Amino acid sequence: MSFPESLHAAYDVIVIGAGPAGLAAAATTAEAGLRTLLVDENSAPGGQIYRAITTSPLKNSSILGKDYEAGNDLVHTFEKSGADRLAGCTVWSLDRERVVGLSCGGEARLIKAERVIIATGAMERPFPIPGWTLPGVMTIGAGQTLLKSSGLIPSGRLALAGQGPLLWLYAAQILRAGGHIAAIFDTTPLANYISAALHLPGFIFSPYWTKGLGLIREVKRAVKIVTGVTRLEAQGKNKLQTLVWEAGSRTGSIDLDVLMLHQGVVPHVNLAMAAGIKHEWDAIQLCFRPVLDESGNSSIKGIMIAGDGAGIGGAESAAERGRLAAIDTVANLRPDALAQIPSRDNVRNRLAQTMRGRAFLDHLYRPSKVFRIPQDASTIVCRCEEITAGEIRASIAIGATGPNQLKAYRRTGMGPCQGRLCSLTVTELMADERGKSPEEIGYYRLRSPVKPISLAELASIPQDETAIKAVVRG
Amino acid sequence: MFKRATNHQEPAVQITVDGLPVTARRGDTVSAAILTAGCVEPYRYTAVNGTPRAPYCMMGVCFDCLVTIDGIGNRQGCLIPVSDGMVITRQNGKREIES
Amino acid sequence: MNHTESTNEYDVAVIGGGLLGSSIAWGLGRLGQRTCVLDEGDVTKRASRANFALVWVQSKGLGLPEYTGWTVRASETWSKLSDEIKAQTGIDVCHQRPGGFHLALSEKELEDRRLSLRRLHNQPGATDYKIEILDHDEVKKQLPHIGPDVVGGTYCPLDGHVNSLRYLRAIHSALKTSGVDYRPEHRVSTIEHRNGEFKISTEQGEIRAGKVVLAAGNANMTLAHMVGLKAPMSPTRGQILVTERTVPFLGFPLTTIRQTDEGTVMIGDSREEFIDDTVQNLPINAVMADRARRMFPLLNQLNIVRTWSGIRVMPKDGFPIYDQSETCPGAFVTCCHSGVTLAPNHAFDIAPMIAKGALDLERVGAFSARRFDQIQVQSSGYY
Repeated sequence: MSFPESLHAAYDVIVIGAGPAGLAAAATTAEAGLRTLLVDENSAPGGQIYRAITTSPLKNSSILGKDYEAGNDLVHTFEKSGADRLAGCTVWSLDRERVVGLSCGGEARLIKAERVIIATGAMERPFPIPGWTLPGVMTIGAGQTLLKSSGLIPSGRLALAGQGPLLWLYAAQILRAGGHIAAIFDTTPLANYISAALHLPGFIFSPYWTKGLGLIREVKRAVKIVTGVTRLEAQGKNKLQTLVWEAGSRTGSIDLDVLMLHQGVVPHVNLAMAAGIKHEWDAIQLCFRPVLDESGNSSIKGIMIAGDGAGIGGAESAAERGRLAAIDTVANLRPDALAQIPSRDNVRNRLAQTMRGRAFLDHLYRPSKVFRIPQDASTIVCRCEEITAGEIRASIAIGATGPNQLKAYRRTGMGPCQGRLCSLTVTELMADERGKSPEEIGYYRLRSPVKPISLAELASIPQDETAIKAVVRG
Repeated sequence: MFKRATNHQEPAVQITVDGLPVTARRGDTVSAAILTAGCVEPYRYTAVNGTPRAPYCMMGVCFDCLVTIDGIGNRQGCLIPVSDGMVITRQNGKREIES
Repeated sequence: MNHTESTNEYDVAVIGGGLLGSSIAWGLGRLGQRTCVLDEGDVTKRASRANFALVWVQSKGLGLPEYTGWTVRASETWSKLSDEIKAQTGIDVCHQRPGGFHLALSEKELEDRRLSLRRLHNQPGATDYKIEILDHDEVKKQLPHIGPDVVGGTYCPLDGHVNSLRYLRAIHSALKTSGVDYRPEHRVSTIEHRNGEFKISTEQGEIRAGKVVLAAGNANMTLAHMVGLKAPMSPTRGQILVTERTVPFLGFPLTTIRQTDEGTVMIGDSREEFIDDTVQNLPINAVMADRARRMFPLLNQLNIVRTWSGIRVMPKDGFPIYDQSETCPGAFVTCCHSGVTLAPNHAFDIAPMIAKGALDLERVGAFSARRFDQIQVQSSGYY
């Protein structure tokens, strides 16, 4: 893939991410006549939730379910809207002047927009158990991606471990696709059922209630479930061989080829953080999320965030939040076109409906501390630099007060993933060890490139006299 | 590690992985093709301690799917679709460069 | 010698826990001084986390020949420091001294380099550091991967590099085992000299010490006045690019490119008056990347994994300041740009002077801030 000839040098709106929020936002601003560019890293639209919606080999909904089909409408609406789309294109930089650094087919470009809507969605929360770096251990999201985009199911003995709606959905999908699951290890802390019960009324009136119960029933009929799991350890020499588990006083082990882990999703904040957008700790969802106004405006003028990247709300609310951001954009850049797009009130109402039941899910599936903060000293926290929990604790003992001094001491977060897979663990571990809140401990200070680009690409960015003088000085 | 759940209708794509011929399907990413081929394990060895790894997230965030594609090292196999004739090499440690 | 957190009385309080302050504090701990290091928290201006990690001699000292000698001394004693630190902590900071290169990409660049080196060499009292000026072919013998744009360069056998981040961890580990209290989140607001001791107000209460050493980088500018000293600074911003880990291909450090022991390639460096280290100037990164690939075309293929900007600790004329207070005896100020290069001098030379209570002016008198009273000292541009 490479930059098309038709690409403009500047846009009214650049939307980053082609999941539900990005598709809805870009379609809405384009319908209002704003010159819109939707950029996405994947080759096909849909984001993670509607991954491969236009290309999946699983043509009917019998395996993936009706909810997945909803992605088709979003893609069709987008395609009719007149927005430009850049697929297979990585955004590696975003600055306060809304200049977006793009990389496509080994070429880099800078494109400026009046508005930038970040819709980079969610990523799965790190699940740092002993042995989670072994080949054969992967996330449930990864398994589902392989299913949606290539129709793949695990061969050999499979177990799922963790908690959350995705676990049950994927389990059901695997069974429907003819796969077999040896066991499911449910890590939902039993106390969560009590804290969640307070939010049950909202949940009962949400569509999740019947859908969720149905899925769980479907899976429980076919798979052995171990509940109240309190410890997991993946073992094996060069690949996964055995999962050792504890559930209170019960213990056991099971030989496996594939172990899939999942304990919810968190906002994928790297791009927004690197742009300098203010974030805060969400004590319920246990993650950092950007500080936004109701429309999605961030602390940097002209940069908005929509969808799960703004705080986890699920696919349907992501689309509505994408529309809200778009409406605000149209109101500012082309107010006379507001009549052509959905009204703010309608979108707000639909958003409120889609958020029903969220509090129940947040409380029920709040992951337990033992699976967020590794207790075993040898558990790897930073997968890229292979730094363990014990090494992090030792760094705290000699004076590291936060993630950035830790990074200097141990290189955590300096690898290619740039902290995506360790940052939350690092922050929570340091907070726990130091008796501080995650907010006080803070996050890695991130900078572009948020994704690696080649030196040749960086060298091709336009230079100027001042820049040359700052470097070439005899 | 993976197999096809359905009678796959997508056209075949021929690639090589470490010199071995592998038949993938259009729509597969490089990582999906390697995980399905089953002939090559482990997927890679890390640049830091040389430990074995395989793709973990399949959505572009973990960088455990790094492979050499058509001579260019450290590419995210989970984001790149296969194409006919693609030459894929597993990585053993640090990135290698040629002058 | 170990103190509990409740102990707030010390022989010496070092303000600043970067490479400079920590090296001095470690030296003081070795001499049995009850020492604490007062440092800021996780996010602050930290040159010790943002440096190029060279142990560098060539081209230093134009305008102050004593600086050349001081730097050569550091180059000679770095291995002693790394050996002692390794013996104490088990951490290898990977100090290497293969000599270092500076490459020129045009005849003019090479000629400018030649002229400034000649001026440096011709200064009265200059220390010879055996620099060689080389043409393209001579450079290529040692650096086989250079590109055709490299016109020539200079080589100095005294140059080297170190893993400066690992040194930061090592020196902080060594502080712990030496019984020096490293106290982060103790940002200093005021220092008072009363009844022969220093009362230092921090965000976590008062610390009292017989002596105080200012090692707070550019912040010395504001602290120095509190104890009758001065530290005129002019900080600048620099940007750095870092590649993914790569198999070793570069056996020597260069002024602007080096391959770390971990395999990453660091590419520098820029200098600007603009001192916001939270943002990046992309055109500057482009210039640095472009020059790097002209020097070594194989770098084109490598991925840039990280880039950053940092603020240099920079005395107004580019040379170190070591000074002692006349009005508040026992107060010292130390600041320099080259906290990595000069670390052994700080540990083995400056610390004993502070322990004794007075700087040895025969050795470091040239670095007094009084030089700023007399004439407008010009910066050499090299540091």
